[in-house]
Parts: sequence; C-alpha cells; structure tokens
Amino acid sequence: MSLIKSLSQRDRVFDFMAPAESPVDVRHGPILYMEDVTVSFDGFKAINDLNLTVDDGELRCIIGPNGAGKTTMMDIITGKTRPDQGKVWFGARHNLLTMNEPDIAALGIGRKFQKPTVFEALSVFENLELAMTADKRVLPTLFARLEGPARERIDEVLEMTGLAEQRRRPAGVLSHGQKQWLEIGMLLMQRPRLLLVDEPVAGMTEQEMERTAELLTGLAGKQSVVVVEHDMGFVRSIARKVTVLHQGSVLAEGSMDQVQNDPRVIEVYLGESEEAA
Amino acid sequence: MRSLLLFWLLVLLVMPLTANAQTSADDEAAIELLEALDVDSFPAKGEAINAIVASDDERARAWLQALLDGRLQRADDGRFVVVLDNTGRDWPVEDALSGEALGEMSRRDLDRIGINNALRNQLRSVIAVVDLYSPNLDRRRTSAERLLGEVDEELAEPIEALIEEEEDARVRQRLTLALAIHRLEQGDILAIEHLDGSLHPRVRVALNQATNSDDEEIAAAAATALGNIEQNLRLNRAAETLYFGLSMGSVLVLAAIGLAITFGVMGVINMAHGELIMLGAYTTWAMQQLIPGQPGLALILSIPAGFMVAALAGIAIERGVIQFLKGRPLETLLATFGVSLILQQLVRTAISPQNRTVVSPEWLSGSLVVNDALSLTLNRMYVIGFALVVFAALMLVMRRTRLGLEVRAVTQNRAMARSMGIRATRVDILTFGLGSGVAGLAGVALSQLTNVGPNLGQNYIIDSFMVVVFGGVGNLWGTLVAGLSLGVINQVLEPWAGAVLAKIIMLVFIILFIQKRPRGLFPQKGRAAEG
Amino acid sequence: MWLMQPFNERSTQLFIGVLLAAMTLVTLLHVVVPAGHPLHVNAYTVNLFGKYLSYALLAVAVDLVWGYLGILSLGHGAFFAIGGYAMGMYLMRQIGDRGTYGDPVLPDFMVFLSWESLPWYWLGFDMAWFAFLMVLLAPGALALVFGFLAFRSRVTGVYLSIITQALTFALMLAFYRNEMGFGGSDGLTDFRDILGFNLRSNETRLGLFLATGVALGAGYLLCRAIVGSKLGRVCVATRDAEARTRFLGYRVERFQLFVFVVSAMLAGLAGALYVPQVGIINPSEFSPIFSIEIVLWVALGGRATLYGAVIGAILVNYAKTVFTGVMPDAWLFALGAMFVLVTVFLPKGVAGLFAYRLKRRRDHSDATPGQEVTS
Repeated sequence: MSLIKSLSQRDRVFDFMAPAESPVDVRHGPILYMEDVTVSFDGFKAINDLNLTVDDGELRCIIGPNGAGKTTMMDIITGKTRPDQGKVWFGARHNLLTMNEPDIAALGIGRKFQKPTVFEALSVFENLELAMTADKRVLPTLFARLEGPARERIDEVLEMTGLAEQRRRPAGVLSHGQKQWLEIGMLLMQRPRLLLVDEPVAGMTEQEMERTAELLTGLAGKQSVVVVEHDMGFVRSIARKVTVLHQGSVLAEGSMDQVQNDPRVIEVYLGESEEAA
Repeated sequence: MRSLLLFWLLVLLVMPLTANAQTSADDEAAIELLEALDVDSFPAKGEAINAIVASDDERARAWLQALLDGRLQRADDGRFVVVLDNTGRDWPVEDALSGEALGEMSRRDLDRIGINNALRNQLRSVIAVVDLYSPNLDRRRTSAERLLGEVDEELAEPIEALIEEEEDARVRQRLTLALAIHRLEQGDILAIEHLDGSLHPRVRVALNQATNSDDEEIAAAAATALGNIEQNLRLNRAAETLYFGLSMGSVLVLAAIGLAITFGVMGVINMAHGELIMLGAYTTWAMQQLIPGQPGLALILSIPAGFMVAALAGIAIERGVIQFLKGRPLETLLATFGVSLILQQLVRTAISPQNRTVVSPEWLSGSLVVNDALSLTLNRMYVIGFALVVFAALMLVMRRTRLGLEVRAVTQNRAMARSMGIRATRVDILTFGLGSGVAGLAGVALSQLTNVGPNLGQNYIIDSFMVVVFGGVGNLWGTLVAGLSLGVINQVLEPWAGAVLAKIIMLVFIILFIQKRPRGLFPQKGRAAEG
Repeated sequence: MWLMQPFNERSTQLFIGVLLAAMTLVTLLHVVVPAGHPLHVNAYTVNLFGKYLSYALLAVAVDLVWGYLGILSLGHGAFFAIGGYAMGMYLMRQIGDRGTYGDPVLPDFMVFLSWESLPWYWLGFDMAWFAFLMVLLAPGALALVFGFLAFRSRVTGVYLSIITQALTFALMLAFYRNEMGFGGSDGLTDFRDILGFNLRSNETRLGLFLATGVALGAGYLLCRAIVGSKLGRVCVATRDAEARTRFLGYRVERFQLFVFVVSAMLAGLAGALYVPQVGIINPSEFSPIFSIEIVLWVALGGRATLYGAVIGAILVNYAKTVFTGVMPDAWLFALGAMFVLVTVFLPKGVAGLFAYRLKRRRDHSDATPGQEVTS
C-alpha cells in the first residue's frame, strides 16, 4: 500500500516522474490532434476520416471492436505507418507526419505494445537502462557509463513495478504480467509527454489490474495517457472520457455512461458479439 | 471396321512396290539422259545438259555439279559413277543413278566425261537456276534465295523469263530482287525502286556500293533507299531484342516462380531451389537415355517426370529439414544451402562432373522467319509459351482450387486456419511440393537452352531471388512482371555493356531498387505484411 | 581504458590467455624444437595456423553482425576479399622490376594487357601506410555506402541476406573482368616481399602468424568491448525487437550501420592478413559460397559468443584441410551435412554446449545476459 501512497505524490518523491523539459507547445490546446486521417491497405480502409484530439494531461480510453483501427491509429501516431491523407500534430509545433519513430520517441511519445515487447535476451535492469532518457546517439551510447543517479532511478522504477527481485534475470523468463509491468516501467523511464498504452491489462490478474489502473490514473494530469483496452471493467475503473472507434472512424465520444447508452455503440457491439458467437 | 483395317494394311504393303516400279522407270530415262552426255561433240553435250535440266530429275543437280567438277565418269562396265575422292590410285565411287556406294575403283577403269570452258560456264549458270525449274516449291525458294547478288549477264534473261512464269510470290519477289541488284550494278537507276524496303543484307551491300557510284543521281537515290532500310532495320532489331529479352525473362520467370511460392507464400528460403531446377534438367537427360532416338517424346514425358522428381525432392527437403526450422528463416536458409551442396555433389559423384548433352527434338529447332532481318527461333518461342502456360496453371491452382484457398489461409493465419480444420502440415507439404515441382519444370525447359551440369542451379538461384524480391514477395503477378522486365532490360543493356557488365548493372540496379522499395514492385500492404 | 574493460569478464581472460599460450607454443615448437623432432612445427604448419587465425578473425567479424545485430550477411567474403586485394596491390607494387616482364611500375598482368600506365586507383599502393589504411578504409567505405542505403530503407532479415549475397556476386563478376585492373580471373599473385621481408622465408611466415594472432586478439577485444557496452545492448535489443528499440528513441539504422562498418573493417583486416600467407588473391574469394561458409563457421561455433566463431572457424577449416587431403569428393558432402545438422540439432553451436554445462553447474538465477540466442 505504501507504494500507492507514494505514487499519489510521485512528482515529489520521484523527481524523474516530473515531465522532462519538452519543446511541445500545448499553450493553444490539445497535445495530440488528428484530423481527417485516412489509411488504406490494399483498398481496405483501416482508418477512415479519423478525427481525434487529446488534451494535455488527459487520460483517454479508446475502445472499439476488432478491426476498428485502434492499433493502426497508434502506428500512425508513432510514425510506424504513414497515412494516405490527413494531419497529425503533437502540440501546436510538431507535425508528426514528417518525423520518424526515434524522433517521435525523443519528442516524448512513449508506446506500450499490445503484445508485451521487452528485450527478452537482456536482463530486466538492462531493459530499463535502454529505455532511460539519455543521449541516444551512437558514439555516446558506445561510451556510456551508468552513473549513480541513473542507477538509482532504475532501482526506483524496479521497486515501483515490483520487479526488484527479478532485476538480473533475463526478461524472457518473466511471466506475462511481469512483462507488462516491465514494459510500463520502460515507459516510465522514458518520461514521455504522451503515453500510448495498448491493452495494458491483458493477461493480468485482478490484483495486477488494480495496480495498473492506479498507476495510469496517477500518471494522468502531468502526462497525457491514451489507453486502448478491451476489458470494459478496466476501462470503467479508469475512464474519464471514452472514444469509440468503429471501422476506422470515431463512432462516439463521451463519458463511459454516455457512450454505453449510445444506440449506435450498442448496435456495433451487439452486432459484433452475435457474429462472433 | 475390320475390312477398313485390312484395306490399310494392303495399301501399306503395296506402296513400297509401286514406288520401286516407278524408280526403275525413272532410271531408264536417267540413263538415256546421261548417255547423251557421253558424246564427243561439245555442242551436243550442251544440248544434253539442257535436257537434264528440263528433265526435272531429282538427281539432275548432283549430276551437273559432278560433271562440272569432273567427277562424273563412266566405268568400264558402262555404269555412270560419281567419284567421291580423286586422290591416289583407287578412287571411292558411288553409282550415279542409285547413289549407292560401289567401293573403290581403279582410275584406269574409269573414263571421265570431258567438258570445255563454254560448257563450264553453261553449267555454272544452269546449276544456279536448275532448281528454279523444279516443281518443288521449297527448292525454288532456296534457289532464288541463293541467287541474290549472284546474277550475271547470262542469267539475267532466263530469270526475267522465270519471273513472268513463277506462281509463288516469294520466289518472284526474290528473283525480282536478284535481278534488280544486277541491274543496279549495271547502272540502272530504276532498279533502286525495287530494292527499297528490302532488309536482305545483299541488298544493303549492293546499295552501299551504289552510293559510291559516279552517277550522282544513282548515288543519291541509293543513299535514300539505304536510309529507309536502316530505319526499318533498327525497328526490327528492337523487335528482336524484345523477343530475346522476353524469352530470357521467361526463363527467369520459370526459375523464380517456384521460389515465389515457397518463399513468398510459405516464407521459406530454399537455397536448394536451384538444385531442384538442376534435377528437372537431369530428368530430361535421363529420359532421353531411357528412350533413345526419340528426343521429342522424351522431352514431353520429361515435363511430368521432371515435375514429379523435383516435387518429391522438395517434399523430402521440407520433411527432412525445413519443418524443424519453422519460424527461423535465416537458419532455414543455411540448412537448405547445405542441402544444395549435397545435391550438387551427389550429381557430380553419381553421374559426372561434366556437362551432359540434352538433344533438342527437331520441332524445337528452326525458326520463324518474319522478314530478312528478323527470324524468331522456335526454342525461345516455346520457352515463352511454356512459361506462360506454367504461370497460368499456377494462378489457377492458387486462385481456383481448394489447395490454393488453404494455402492462402495458412499463409495469413496459421493458427486460425488450423483451428478451422485445415491441416497445415499437409498444406505445407503440398505447397512446397508444388513450388519445387515448378522448379523441375524450369529445369526441363532449361535443358533445351543451356548445358546440363551440376552447377546449373547455382547459376540461377541468385537471379531467381532477385526476380522474386524485385517483383514483391508473395505476389505471383509481380514475379511475372519482374522476370520479363529484367530479361528485357538485360537484353537491352547487353549490346553496349557486354554480358558480364550487363549482369552487374542489373544486380546493382536491383540492390538499389530494394533500398527504394524494400517490398518490391508490388508490395503487400497491411499488418499481415509486417511479419 | 575502454578497450580493456572486457578483461572483467572471465571468458575474455580465458580467450586471450589461450590465444597467447597457443601463439607462444607454436613459436617455441617452431623455433626451439629442432626440425625432425616429432614435436617440431614446420613452416608449412605455421603458415596453415596463420591462415586459420585470419579466418577466425573474419568469423568474429561476422558474428558481431549476425550474433549481436541479427543481420545475416551473406556478403562478408566481399569485405574480406577487398581487404585482401588492398594488401595484394601493395604486395604487387613491392615486386617492382622483378616481375616476368621486368616493368618497374606496372604489374605483369597490366604489361600483358599492354596498359600504358597504372590506373588511378592503383596509385599510392606502393606506400605501406597507405595500403594498410586502405585495407580498413576500402571495405569500410563499401559497407558504409551499402549499409547506409540498406538500413535507411529498413531492408532487414532475409532480404538483407539476399542482397548482400547479390552484392558479393556482382563484385565477383566485376573482378573477373580484366578491364577492372585487378588481374582478372588470375587475381594478384607472385608476391615477393612485405615491408622488406621475404615472403617465402620461414621467419616472415612466423611473423605473419604472430601478427594475425595479435590482430585476432585485438579484434576480439574490440568486439567484446562493443558488445559489452550499452551500444551492444542496443544491438541485442535491435536484434530481438527492432520496432521496440525505435520507439525507445534509438536510431536503429545508425547503430546497425556503425556495427556493420566496424565488422567490414575487421573482415578487411582478416583478408589483408590472409593474402600474404596464401600468396594469392583472386575473385573466387568473392564467391557467394565462401561467404555462406563463413556463416557456417559461426553457426557451428555458436552465435553471439565471439569465441564460438573462433572455435567454429578453426574446426571447420581444420576439417576441410583433413578432408580435402584424404577424400576431396567427400568434403562437399561433409560441409553440406554440417549446415543441416548444425542448424537443426545444434542451434547454439559448440559454444552452446559449453554454456549449457556451465549453466547447469552455476547458480541458475545468475544467467549471463546477452548470450541467449534467439533467431
């Protein structure tokens, strides 16, 4: 429980949790702005005229049936996929469509993958070391030495994610839930302005889910968080604002209750569940 | 039914007899013709020569040639013989009528039929035109062909007469050309009109000479005609390059398309693919050893046999090696490379390290003559056709059959396909067998174009990979377009860069192309392609 | 010093120790033990060992990119050969007027082709320092250009393997051409001396063997230092999850390029040490088969261990020497079978066997990072 207590005052206790100085300009509104974004694969429109804005410090949940374009949307924001048309801005200054993945990452957009992706051959400690904000050019990396403060930061995140005892073990031998936590830990090391979190609680126990929920809600405010999740219970436990994606565009947006009573949403979800059954 | 059979049997039996009877009747007439030569008067001999020409006897040409060479002689027993070799004391001879060898005869037993210079000239022109009088169209054509540039004053007149009588347009055209060349040499400017547009090399020689003529008018007219011809030639050369390129591209397509299936569809790198091609080629060779004297039949039987041999070898590779390396493409590459070394060495040890000759059946040799500058060799045409047929068949298999559907399902989502009752292992085996079998087909086709040896496959493996990567992995259409265009580009480059440099340029081009478009000409898009 | 950091590891101490011991032993057995004695190592054998060591350095270079970066280069023979040609050009110029045609400047083959003067790219190779610099720079430059293009457009995995193979194939065809000015299919040969020492003397051979040993040790240390650094961990991260590494803010392509170029230079150095010991360099070193063979050495020895590459290179080449002497026809069968057996049954190679035993003896939780091989 002490962990949660300390989390609630994290910006005082963990100085590294305070967002790094970032050139992102959010004085004029949203931190993420997507307008009329369309991308198609072989004629199939994975994203179709998508419009989405996320405010600075907001915690946003995105739900939607399979194939709604959730992961593709994240690919576009992080520079992995280029849309056919549309605008994607990070703050008022950075046009994400002109940047590549490392640049976008350096700008302060962190991403957690749907399938937990950690570096399995490296130890837990090394995973966090790589994620840490540092000079990530080639030669500085070659001659990099781990100084005391950096080591402490890693230790703190290890503590927070409950992985302190696993620090020397290869990440590959961790359980599924532990890998999820490690990945979240890596995100924390990056100190991003905007976190994109894809299905964070898949494969977690009830308890772990609760801890994740607390961590994410705790982050919101200083950092913006976008969560894609299937688990409705989890979404309800953290959501303030929910966006429903369907066939590549926004179907509904609002609070969880508003969205759940939207007839279009009900139709999409019920229709889907009937087909699936 | 039965009586019909009997009838045909009878016909078959009787035919040789009647043929024999005819021959002996011919022989009598022939002896008469030759007897007429054996006289003392030279003018009479001239008459006899003309009679032989008019006789339309198949052997006339040979007699006249022998007469001209002094090899037509009469033996002591009165038989006419042709001396084959008149060095030494005893000469080998053959019967002038039957053409059968009569062993050696002493020169003392032989009597030469003499000729003088006038007769010699007569013989020369007569031999040139003798075939023109033949009722056999092919002969007339060949003869007319031979006359181009060879016409002299003496021949001009009879040829002019012949043009009037000739029924075949092609012979007529040839004779007109031959005559026109002669006339041009004589300084007849009107002849140029007949020559303009012809692509025959002799015509170009004649016109080239004419451009140096003192008569400025003729020189100018010849130059204009030559210009037209050159332009036309360039067009034909371009067509030829395209044809060569397409045929080479077809070979590439054949070699690569099996790879496109195993690599593109299954994601398996089979470095032994080239050796599967080699197996197909060796199957053709083995088939010809089994059915000697029937290269055509052997070749046709090799198509299914080559497919089966390579397919079985491929399946053995899949079961024996590749299935243990699922999801480890780089290891698969190494292991199959090992297999390729073993297969090569196996062929070297079991058959021979030397190249084997595979005979081409008659219907594959020869060419289709479009015009004087452009003739399309038939074997290349067959390769193009074969590649297209194989491609179409593969498309059908992949698009229209249950196997194709299952293959595509397994490619896209193995686990899902499996849970829907598709036996993924079986699909793997069949796909790999199919891809390997097509490699075997490529080998059968290649055996007609290049040497069949243990290194045959090695020469094609890198090219095949290039084609698949260039076209876009997993896309059969891409392979087709890539193969054909690489073939054509290579042929276009070759004349000014040389074969080796052209190849280097191609490789560099593809290496650079892959940088620009890492997923080839026709990339697969979407999440499935990211894997 | 940064390069000495690897000495903290037990494996490095062991490796350098064994290497030094072997070099000392061979030298002693060659120099001190009189000829005719059963323990005497003759000059031929010293030369052979020197050849193995240069192959070992080449294998280390390949393991650096394949084992730690996950890039299966099927074209490292090209860098090896280019380094070899750079050295060959120097040795060629050292012949001077002692060639068959006696031309003081032009090598024999150029006189034979009736060339008037040296092509521009042969200039400077009469100076040892320039030639030795080119041994590193020429393969490095090729790797830089090729790698820059390939990594920038994210050509990885099998595609990269195939185009590296195409690269070395194209170079082989090019070097076979007389017009290239590298001696065509005969290559460069008939070398006389190096830095003033007669290449055919036993002392020079021993010297070359020792130099190759030193180069191998230094190359090994360099690679160890790289893979032990944070950059090495970025490489492993790239190997296992390239996209993830990008999202952490690393410019993956630059890391790949850096390591690729370092590896190419090491391969070039190996080639340069190889050429004076075998006395010839010709286009066959560019053949795609040779490049794949190098990969087999690494696979057999054990990927991502570096010392495994050395073991593999020596084992396979020793086997090749024995086989081709006894039954030459069987060698390709053996080689082919090795490819299949190693990949199917011994994915971690010989070193994997060691590591497995060590691991069982050691405490289980103390797993050594960076040695886990995933494909």
